[in-house]
Amino acid sequence: MSRTFLGMPPFPKAAEAAVADAQLRHNLHRATRTIRRTRGRAVAEVDDWEALRAAGAAIKDRTLRHLDRYLEQLEEAVTAAGGHVHWAVDAAEANAVVTELVRATGHREVVKVKSMATQEIGLNEALAEAGITAYETDLAELIVQLAEDRPSHILVPAIHRNRAEIREIFLRAMADWGRPAPADLTDDPRALAEAARRHLRERFLTAKVAVSGANFAVAETGTLVVLESEGNGRMCLTLPETLISVVGIEKLVPTWRDLEVFLRLLPRSSTGERMNPYTSMWTGVAPGDGPREFHLVLLDNGRTDVLADAVGRQTLRCIRCSACLNVCPVYERAGGHAYGSVYPGPIGAILTPQLRGTASEADAALPYASSLCGACFEVCPVAIDIPEVLVHLRERVVEQGGRPGERALLAAASWTLGDERRLAWAQRAAGAVRSLVPRRLPLGPAAAWTDTRDLPEIPAEPFRDWWARREKEDGR
Amino acid sequence: MNRSRERILARVRAALADVPRDEEPAPVAVPPGRAATDGLVDLFADRLEHYRARPVRVGAADLPEAVAAALRRRGAGRVVVPADLPEEWTSRCEAELVADDGLDPAALDAVDGVVTGCAVAVAATGTIVLDGGAAQGRRALTLVPDYHLCVVDAARIVADVPDAVARLSPVRPLTWISGPSATSDIELNRVEGVHGPRTLEVLIVSSPGTGA
Repeated sequence: MSRTFLGMPPFPKAAEAAVADAQLRHNLHRATRTIRRTRGRAVAEVDDWEALRAAGAAIKDRTLRHLDRYLEQLEEAVTAAGGHVHWAVDAAEANAVVTELVRATGHREVVKVKSMATQEIGLNEALAEAGITAYETDLAELIVQLAEDRPSHILVPAIHRNRAEIREIFLRAMADWGRPAPADLTDDPRALAEAARRHLRERFLTAKVAVSGANFAVAETGTLVVLESEGNGRMCLTLPETLISVVGIEKLVPTWRDLEVFLRLLPRSSTGERMNPYTSMWTGVAPGDGPREFHLVLLDNGRTDVLADAVGRQTLRCIRCSACLNVCPVYERAGGHAYGSVYPGPIGAILTPQLRGTASEADAALPYASSLCGACFEVCPVAIDIPEVLVHLRERVVEQGGRPGERALLAAASWTLGDERRLAWAQRAAGAVRSLVPRRLPLGPAAAWTDTRDLPEIPAEPFRDWWARREKEDGR
Repeated sequence: MNRSRERILARVRAALADVPRDEEPAPVAVPPGRAATDGLVDLFADRLEHYRARPVRVGAADLPEAVAAALRRRGAGRVVVPADLPEEWTSRCEAELVADDGLDPAALDAVDGVVTGCAVAVAATGTIVLDGGAAQGRRALTLVPDYHLCVVDAARIVADVPDAVARLSPVRPLTWISGPSATSDIELNRVEGVHGPRTLEVLIVSSPGTGA
């Protein structure tokens, strides 16, 4: 089972450790550089990319502004097509619903398609507690599961591992989960992919229950959509008798035709391909083709809190392409684990604190895990203004007093700046002791700021005093 | 369960207090995709090559021989076909043909390949869409065997994704296929061939009037 993020240190501490890991930094730099180049080419090929991006944002905004009606419409359409719809307020309820559905089939094993929603709710761990084994089938998720590791990227959860590490993980752990890796396995990516194919083959052919997420759910028709590359998704969505899909309530699009926008935006922005190898679309159940039973679990788990914030709401447009991770200078150096959430990178820095709140030290630190350079906004295929939301969340953290040092500092500043005489006094006082002020702060939370910067020099005479003196001298 | 439904819907409505109750969803201007031009078949073939999906162009009269040749090259001795595959397509085949009558996954795993048609093909992205309609069979058929030979009638090639979405019906289970199965999970390098068919070959059949 992959470990959870509980008990992770807050971002600054975790990032410091990650930055010191030269192997990790090398792996990340290589991988993000590759994907940035591929993505750039795929996007440049579309003449009206900006208009397409605007359309994607507008469709998602339309969905969110009328989400209640689209949710009801989706439920009706899925039910009419022979599916069953369940609603889950939080992670615990979603896990309970899925566990019960699996139990009802009489089977104790499920195959899984990579899904952010089920990671977010810790479904695998919940199923394990109920004696049900969940097998991850996406190659990267498999690597993470075999290594008892945590995902570090939305699209490529094992991006922090290089081929040599993956080979070792396969050799060490595959036997514990099923068919062992061949003893002469090399670190050639082809050989590694082949080992994964053989390891999972029998599992797919005999699977009775599958759990998936979905990239999109069409309200008008009740159609669910999964984009993938390897064919593990098709295996899980097609071969088992029962399919359970856990889908966040923000994944809706109103109409069938809306998919034409997202099928153009997502593959190019995500893997940098004109189109991903496989996209599956299904509406309820189809007699004689695929699962006989289909359950859709609609998940809230904090999404309605995000929806309620007029600035933060745009976060729910996210289609999980992960382009913002790949361009982020902070992500490239700190890696995904430092964010302490299944949603790392810039989108994680705004999504996680909104889903979970900013009560914990770790979650309150996330809006600060950014230099506000804006590269994430530039590449976002649904134009989420991530810097705007980051600043908005920083305000919230400061207001709630989550960072007492900063709050005291701002309070003192407001007291001093709010009164002309107090300001004049403070400036003179600073000038008087200027020779005693060090270039770096020795102690306290602000000391880190001066690790890479000198404190500004304090002038001998405040500007306002100089101005007053000059006027007096002129007048003479 | 019903209580959770009501609770979520109530929370959504409360969260949207700033949206006027009588506001209607705003229409969205969507840019059209690539315009349909004469070179669609060339574009489609070029895109397929990019995915290493090996397109071969044939005239309608030569299709049976092309299917037989492709299977021969592949060394496919037993291939599965949808029950309604036009008999003519495989009329020159030496391979043993197994018509699908609900074969289980293990049986599908034991054949050397599958031959199908398609519903729509997208030139701009090199995509083939199967909808379980004529000559396509159910989804498992084109998934479990390691080799997929797909016959694409040039008349079914559309310019871009919007044209395909417009032609398809979501009532049917759909599979969009763009090249053989692949992964980018190892250092973000693309490797072809994971769980789906590792080899995809496409016969593009020009038909009179398409200019192909």
